[in-house]
Amino acid sequence: MATTMDMTPQRETPLIAEHRTLQAKLAPFGGWLMPIQYEGILAEHHWTRNNVCVFDICHMGEFQVQGDLASSNLDHVVTINLTGMATGQCRYGFMLNQAGGVIDDLVVYRLGEKEWMLVVNAATEENDEHHLLRNLSRDITFKNISGQTGKLDVQGPLSGVILKDLVGADVAKLAYYTFAKFKLLGEDVIVSRTGYTGELGYEIYISSAKVVELWRLLLKNSRVKPAGLGARDTLRLEMGYPLYGQDLDTQTTPVEAGLSGFVDFSKDFIGKLSLVAQKDGGPSRRLRCFQSDSRRAPRHNYKIYLKDKEIGAVTSGSFSPTLGCGIAMGYVSCELKTGEQVNLKENQIDIPARVVTRPFYKQGTAKSEEIR
Amino acid sequence: MNVPQQLFYTKEHEWVKIDGKTATFGITDYAQSSLGDITFVELPKVGQDVAQFKFCATVESVKAASDVFAPLTGTITKVNPDLPAHPEFINQSPYEKAWFAVIEIADPAQKNNLMTAAVYSEYVKGLSA
Repeated sequence: MATTMDMTPQRETPLIAEHRTLQAKLAPFGGWLMPIQYEGILAEHHWTRNNVCVFDICHMGEFQVQGDLASSNLDHVVTINLTGMATGQCRYGFMLNQAGGVIDDLVVYRLGEKEWMLVVNAATEENDEHHLLRNLSRDITFKNISGQTGKLDVQGPLSGVILKDLVGADVAKLAYYTFAKFKLLGEDVIVSRTGYTGELGYEIYISSAKVVELWRLLLKNSRVKPAGLGARDTLRLEMGYPLYGQDLDTQTTPVEAGLSGFVDFSKDFIGKLSLVAQKDGGPSRRLRCFQSDSRRAPRHNYKIYLKDKEIGAVTSGSFSPTLGCGIAMGYVSCELKTGEQVNLKENQIDIPARVVTRPFYKQGTAKSEEIR
Repeated sequence: MNVPQQLFYTKEHEWVKIDGKTATFGITDYAQSSLGDITFVELPKVGQDVAQFKFCATVESVKAASDVFAPLTGTITKVNPDLPAHPEFINQSPYEKAWFAVIEIADPAQKNNLMTAAVYSEYVKGLSA
């Protein structure tokens, strides 16, 4: 069992001492030293599906943009329809290059008439900032608030109860992909009903100075367990959510990834021409989902075969703790029907699998109307 | 870290219990703890010849796949029938419920290539330091 040591200096979140106290396994992710697991990935995964877990997501980037929508050019930089958003709404989408390749996937929050928050991936934060500053008009105010912002994700069917205890009953009124400000630990914090697990969940944005106190407060409740990036990855993969750097990058487009629904083709945006051409002509490859019957997990870069023909490669693959079998996503160069048999291969390993539609796990509570 | 006295060990963290002409093996407590939750195991087949320190089985955790090496040369005479359906036994009971297979030993002198519990304990301490 050889392990390669990554010697690059890693950034640490304000919660690093908490993770060490909890004896988390730590590993580098996107330039950060992050908790991968505490009790174990399977236990944390199941606890999130059935109860509620808290995740340290302080590594992700947050930008604040202030300025008039018509003149700021923000609407031109993201694929999301910003004009149609009300204050208190957030939406998932992309920043693209001219070729339609994904610079990053992000969530945009409308904080006010002229005030926005962009939540981006950790590894891409710096590049995103440059891209935005290059493309936004000069009269806007742009602030990278990542350093001063702590982010905790509270995810699982019991998260509603936990949040009600924390910030009051009004939090139950939040619909999927909306947010509000609540008083918490003497601050106005943003709580959005969003997440990356497929379960009912909330993301809390609090000052990095208060995030340790909030972490401890949440874990005081024995129903809440800490979960690491290991479970975050298996949870998101069961939902078929893409991970930037793995399933999405500058060489892939939202059309290829099957995520055109997060692109507003009625407006103008960077990369639109390429994307429209690809959409009309049909992309040369598409992201598809595969489920095996065995417990053996397909892994990143396993080749996808249709009979004897190599048609693509796995971008994300894992054992699915909820389904009890291997699941994978990967780009393929030909049309595949749902249920069609493929083989996921590397060296001597050959995993028979069938084409399925996302999400792999279909009982997620994320969009549930009823908050327990 | 649990390192039973009566067993022998390899550098790749397999344990082996030698019983006359046969040897039962599995992976150690240190191995299961480093790997995390085990989700899949592929065992050798009965009748298969295996060679000391050569690949003979696979374990997978949520994060990664790892090779398991035969601690001694010989022929597989028995495999644990419960393990493929219950890979979690490796985490729960690495030395008892999670035995992998039994080898009919070809060369008893190969025992000299294995570590005693005391030596293995020191070896593992060196790895975690």
